[in-house]
Amino acid sequence: MNPQSTLPPTPAALPPKTGEESAPGGRRGKDPRSEVRLFAGLGHVALAVWAVIVIVPILWTFLAAFKNTSEIFSSPWTLPAELRWENFGRAWTKAHVGRYFLNSVFVVACSTFGTMLLGSMAAYVLARYRFWGNRAIYYLFVSGLAFPVFLALVPLFFVVKQLGMLDTYQGVILVYIAYSLPFTIFFLAAFFKTLPSSVAEAGLIDGCGHTRLFFQVMMPMAKPGLISVAIFNIIGQWAQYQLPLVLLSNAKDKWVLTQGIADISVNAGYEADWSGLFAALTIAILPMIIVYAVFQRQIQAGLTSGAVK
Amino acid sequence: MRHGKYPFVVGFLFAPVALYVTFVIWPYAQAFQISMTNWRGLSAPQWVGFDNYRRLLDDGAFWKAVQHHGVLLLALPLITIAIALFFAFLLNVGGKSSGGQRQGVWGAKFYRVVFFFPQVLAVAIIAVLFQMVYRPNESGLINGVLMKLGLDPILFLVEPNLALWSILAVLVWQAVGFYVVLFSAGMASIPGEIYEAAEMDGASRVTLFFRVTLPLLWDTLQVAWVYLGIAAFDAFAIVAVLSVDGGGPDGATTVLAMEIYRNAFVYSKYGYASAMGVALFFLTLTFAALTLRLTKRESVEY
Repeated sequence: MNPQSTLPPTPAALPPKTGEESAPGGRRGKDPRSEVRLFAGLGHVALAVWAVIVIVPILWTFLAAFKNTSEIFSSPWTLPAELRWENFGRAWTKAHVGRYFLNSVFVVACSTFGTMLLGSMAAYVLARYRFWGNRAIYYLFVSGLAFPVFLALVPLFFVVKQLGMLDTYQGVILVYIAYSLPFTIFFLAAFFKTLPSSVAEAGLIDGCGHTRLFFQVMMPMAKPGLISVAIFNIIGQWAQYQLPLVLLSNAKDKWVLTQGIADISVNAGYEADWSGLFAALTIAILPMIIVYAVFQRQIQAGLTSGAVK
Repeated sequence: MRHGKYPFVVGFLFAPVALYVTFVIWPYAQAFQISMTNWRGLSAPQWVGFDNYRRLLDDGAFWKAVQHHGVLLLALPLITIAIALFFAFLLNVGGKSSGGQRQGVWGAKFYRVVFFFPQVLAVAIIAVLFQMVYRPNESGLINGVLMKLGLDPILFLVEPNLALWSILAVLVWQAVGFYVVLFSAGMASIPGEIYEAAEMDGASRVTLFFRVTLPLLWDTLQVAWVYLGIAAFDAFAIVAVLSVDGGGPDGATTVLAMEIYRNAFVYSKYGYASAMGVALFFLTLTFAALTLRLTKRESVEY
């Protein structure tokens, strides 16, 4: 075997400046331009295919929401013959999707507000005040990040029951808040630590109380962090399925959207109002698309800043 | 200046701590205790020691669920991270470079927005959506095409060997966009000069990816693996809604969360369900510890 063949190519054999593919003149050993073109070409195909895989099921759902049952069953790939808006009306009122939707809005609004208020209060105190038990309380909260909710599901059900809050809004809201606290406090405590202490001291010297200092000085300063965590909590609580399923099982009028639509699909499937189900799905998906389209940058930043600790 | 500190601290901490202890810590602590009883909800619970755990060892459904977690635990992170890394690389450094600045391929912004979208949808809603996509007759999105082409329909959720993979596919479908954005953030913090230097030395795209991007992204990958692992231990909403009668056909897609839910809230076997919860707790803990231990290595400074 020729030992020469295993040697790396000498620098002279390489093009002088591989960094610029756009440079004219192609006297290159392996022609990196064609390599780039092939790679980019394959890459474009892969990206486009994945985009289609993401978009098509959703688009298909929107179209099917306007079809009638026979259209849905005979030709899933054709356009609806006419725009049947009545499917949406049926889903909104008869299948109670409107009710579920408003329940979700109400529950998530209350619990996100509560989570942010209580979470930032605790995080602020834990991050910026020295007192006995500070670390113990902090780790008590943060340890909640490591445990799966399912471990506690059975006792949680009975705790809520004993408090007389089963099948009530406040039960679900308080539980959402409690389970959102670990991450909220973990994230915000780190954030409050980074805020400069000079402003806080100036405020205290000027006779500002601790409470006023928090609400009027520190909270506005922590706004970027608060928004990130709020987005994280809104999306997480909006998507919650397990907790309402257990805590609201017997109060159908208080069901949230995920629970309601899953129920229509699982249990009422035999009644076969398929177009109504597609319309219900559209009602559930469309607002998220609009909100996402508008706040896309903040949502991506909010959710991923939660992941990179 | 420090007067009024303690009332303030107590005042601010009281409500959060009270809520957290009541609804999180107290139930967690009770779970261990309930798992040692034969409580069925009606009469007072009787202490049975480790009986529930012994029964777990002979429970076929339990072992099936554990087995499915094993499959998900390997496949979900591997597939998701592989696809997301490939896309993130294309979107950030796959295009041509101009003036030393690495660029993504054309349309990178559009792809990043579209790919991420499933992440903001609730898993339960996605599960209902894919019930329609997977439907076994010509009304399903995929089988509608196959049957038009004269092919046999694929029984995604009904065929026991296929059902778990069909569910896994949906989980990957949802997760990829998030990790594309996550890895993009990681790649953006890698200085362009490193790529420049590597290219000067004649590194190809493939070399660039494996020798430069991957090692410098190691910390982000580790986070991704832990997150996907935790997702693989959960998977309740998707199995409960998407699979044939909750974990079917014939237990082919069941997961521990599903078994806990069924035992507790369908059969009222609270003690037994809690024992499963404790088992899940230790499995999750083992996974997290193992991952952190196995992926531990010198992080590359740059």
